[in-house]
Amino acid sequence: MEFEPVIGLEVHAQLLTEAKIFCGCSTKFGAEPNSHTCPVCLGMPGVLPVLNKKVVDFLIKMALATNCTINKKSSFARKNYFYPDLPKGYQISQYAEPPAEHGWVDIEVNGDKKRIGITRIHMEEDAGKLIHDEHGLASYVDLNRTGVPLLEIVGEPDIRSPEEAAAYLRRLHEILIYLEICDGNMEEGSFRCDANISLRPVGERNFGIRTELKNMNSFRNVQRALEYEIKRQRYILEAGGEVVQETRLWDDAAGVTQPMRSKEEAHDYRYFPEPDLVSVIIDDAWIEEIRRGMPELPLAKRERFVREYQIPAYDAGVLTASRALADYFEEVARLSGQPKAAANWVMGDILRFLNEEKKGIEACPVSPTNLAAMIRLVENQTISGKIAKEVSETMYRTGKTPEEIISEKGLVQITDAGVLTDVLVKILRENGEKVAQYKAGKEKLFGFFVGQAMKATGGKANPQLLNELLKKMLANQE
Amino acid sequence: MELYQLTIHEIKDKLDAGDTTAAEIVNSVFERIDVVEKDVKAYITLMRDSAMAEASRADEALKKGRGGMLTGIPVALKDILCTKGVLTTCGSRMLSNFVPPYDATVVEKLKEAGAVLTGKTNMDEFAMGSSTETSFYGVTRNPWNLERIPGGSSGGSAAAVAADECIAAIGSDTGGSIRQPAALCGVVGMKPTYGRVSRFGLIAFASSLDQIGPFTKDVEDCAIMMNVISGYDRRDSTSSPEEVPDYRRFLGTGIEGLTIGIPKEYFVGGLDPEVEKAVRRAIKTIEGAGARCIEVSLPHTEYCLPVYYIVAPAEASSNLARYDGVRYGFRFREGRDLMDMYKKTRSAGFGDEVKRRIMIGTYALSSGYYDAYYKKASQVRALIKRDFDEAFRTCDALLTPTTPTPAFCIGEKTDDPLQMYLSDLFTISANLAGIPGISVPCGYSASGLPIGLQFLAAHFQEGRLIQIASEYEKQAAVLDANLDPQRRRPNL
Ligand SMILES: [Zn+2]
Repeated sequence: MEFEPVIGLEVHAQLLTEAKIFCGCSTKFGAEPNSHTCPVCLGMPGVLPVLNKKVVDFLIKMALATNCTINKKSSFARKNYFYPDLPKGYQISQYAEPPAEHGWVDIEVNGDKKRIGITRIHMEEDAGKLIHDEHGLASYVDLNRTGVPLLEIVGEPDIRSPEEAAAYLRRLHEILIYLEICDGNMEEGSFRCDANISLRPVGERNFGIRTELKNMNSFRNVQRALEYEIKRQRYILEAGGEVVQETRLWDDAAGVTQPMRSKEEAHDYRYFPEPDLVSVIIDDAWIEEIRRGMPELPLAKRERFVREYQIPAYDAGVLTASRALADYFEEVARLSGQPKAAANWVMGDILRFLNEEKKGIEACPVSPTNLAAMIRLVENQTISGKIAKEVSETMYRTGKTPEEIISEKGLVQITDAGVLTDVLVKILRENGEKVAQYKAGKEKLFGFFVGQAMKATGGKANPQLLNELLKKMLANQE
Repeated sequence: MELYQLTIHEIKDKLDAGDTTAAEIVNSVFERIDVVEKDVKAYITLMRDSAMAEASRADEALKKGRGGMLTGIPVALKDILCTKGVLTTCGSRMLSNFVPPYDATVVEKLKEAGAVLTGKTNMDEFAMGSSTETSFYGVTRNPWNLERIPGGSSGGSAAAVAADECIAAIGSDTGGSIRQPAALCGVVGMKPTYGRVSRFGLIAFASSLDQIGPFTKDVEDCAIMMNVISGYDRRDSTSSPEEVPDYRRFLGTGIEGLTIGIPKEYFVGGLDPEVEKAVRRAIKTIEGAGARCIEVSLPHTEYCLPVYYIVAPAEASSNLARYDGVRYGFRFREGRDLMDMYKKTRSAGFGDEVKRRIMIGTYALSSGYYDAYYKKASQVRALIKRDFDEAFRTCDALLTPTTPTPAFCIGEKTDDPLQMYLSDLFTISANLAGIPGISVPCGYSASGLPIGLQFLAAHFQEGRLIQIASEYEKQAAVLDANLDPQRRRPNL
């Protein structure tokens, strides 16, 4: 029997607000344990949560970017369970009345376009972290992360393959980063994904029994875990067995999913309306204010780049991978007046240098002004394309302007026909034998003469002029 | 007359006239405490040293003409309010070592107004109880009869005011915890509208019902205390931005032409005949002052108690989850593992009544039961609220007994929680509807126990309550000298 997978993803995105969702503590990552805490996020007696309005701003942004309906009124609820990283014994989340629903994003897998539904997006607080003593004698709790705002983005079970799952995740990831509301770091847990997956016979309308997969901290792991789980469930179903509804953890090292101990998942969260907070009212004016400040989203930007700069769709995709990269490219294109050359230089040398050092475009030592200046120097033949490679690398290492580098290293292109003629005359005279062979039909030797001339000029000869002069002189040779 | 016997407004007059000093007042109150506290046991923690220091600061301020609304006035706090640097137990072993690093907003406001804090008063554990008997710190006794309970859960604050162990006190009221002990101890107690007073720093019992309010010796003092503690607080999202009037403005303005509703459902079986007699006499007094009393109906009254005993425990089961022994408070140290530590900490840290309510609340919120209990209760709560909205369309206020009976004996109902719960029969509705209520003394039983009269008004109509209660207090004292605020005090 043929089976098809049915996959729905839940994404938790940690928001880049300065302050936590219900108190004024900093959300900065990596501080001394428990230094970013106060009575509110420590869950001390008698304290009350106060909603950080910035979190609602971010929620509205994400809702608009994913085509959600924004509900005028939403409310918070308590999700009750005991764990030492949860100081109040409950997490403040949203349950019965979510602020955003019925959205979608478009994805593309192997050239096929598909729309994936978004069930809901809501706000909630993150929990803290447990640090286990290496000797197993004690556990310590760090509550810096407690109360850091999260968006939970619940997707519809519209996904039919691990590739689609990865494409959907990349799309959400890219939107969050474009909106500058999440740093998207999966390893540090600021972008987390859980998956629900079941199989059903092709043509069947009802869903099969699903498992929930957790602990996948990269796009690749999400894809691998889903691939494994499809195989596992298919094996069970083909043998006439039944999939157990359970939560399974992805074990990266072993490359398998393992059931979570049932004790850990047997939770009745006893959701009920949070009495310490009032309803969140999002009026049209608020939505409009956020809409006005919305950046151009990746898909729209991609289409515009193809149209406006006449660059291939693939290049537009690479250049819009992040908002900062796209901005960098656009700045270089504008300053140099040569979008295609700008695209080639950014995608070629600049990204290669950055990738070698695992740096983002924000950390690029070559300013758009300098790169554009260099492109213009190539255009007006001050330097050759080959010399430009050397200049760009030096700009990257030193941060100097191309003019500085060229004058320091004496790299200005030789475009004086007289100077080049003198060089060629000398080369042809010294290689009489080869000239004769060339004349006899061994035309490949043309490249040898060019190479000799470049060597003699330290690569600074203008190639077109050199070629022209050489052709003319060889033709005139007796 | 002793200084400790005075009201806030009398002390203010004396201080302004230079007839006494804050130090003398505070000394007098602590001398009184030294004499009667061993019998009454109103306090868990006394703040004698800081009170003396605050008194001299108050005298400095007064000398410079910079007195606030409560400068030099000794005020006691229910031990449910967080006090920076001062033990705050909430009547529980669970918080037997908890010293908050912050003040409740109300405590800040009292300090800003110049009040001298005398100490933290006894209460039912986590405010769960109607007699102050569930406290981990022993039983508080009713100053009118030491064999009897003072009411609860704010029994310590009520008893402290009645026994002159402070001039005024702060309590909290989730189902009657201010009005019921005020009635049983013969003092004035007000539960303001939900949202009128900030709950920041009030240790939560049932967040949608909890409200802070004052205990005072007379209605004028109640108005003064309300002026100090009311108002919006950005740290409490449920506090109201509604403007706070000067409540003293409503004192002695008369009640001629007002319509007072008498809900018939509050005069049925279970109401003690002596209480009914005193309340009926109060109705006559009110009518004598020119108000019109009419019978009204609050048809969903019979559901108040069941709704309350679902909503309050449900919220409490969640609010009390934070007491796990991990970060502060009591911890059972010999736990085998995490789960064992949780269980043993909570088993040993909480008393029976608290555990009972956590279990009821957990059950009411459990999957499969939520719709039948919590959700249904919330729906009925809306109907109860609507009953009041209806009634306030024709009435300026409602008049009821505060409690079905006068103070009962210590130990009388501890083994019968349902009987205990019935003592809040008439006060719970105001919490469910979020409306303000006040209890004022209206008589005595044959055995000399105080009886309380409750007025209820629409949201944010505390001024109306002060208007009616102050007029009633004046007229009642004319008709019965034993109801004169200066004469209604126990023989201790
Ligand atoms: Zn905090």
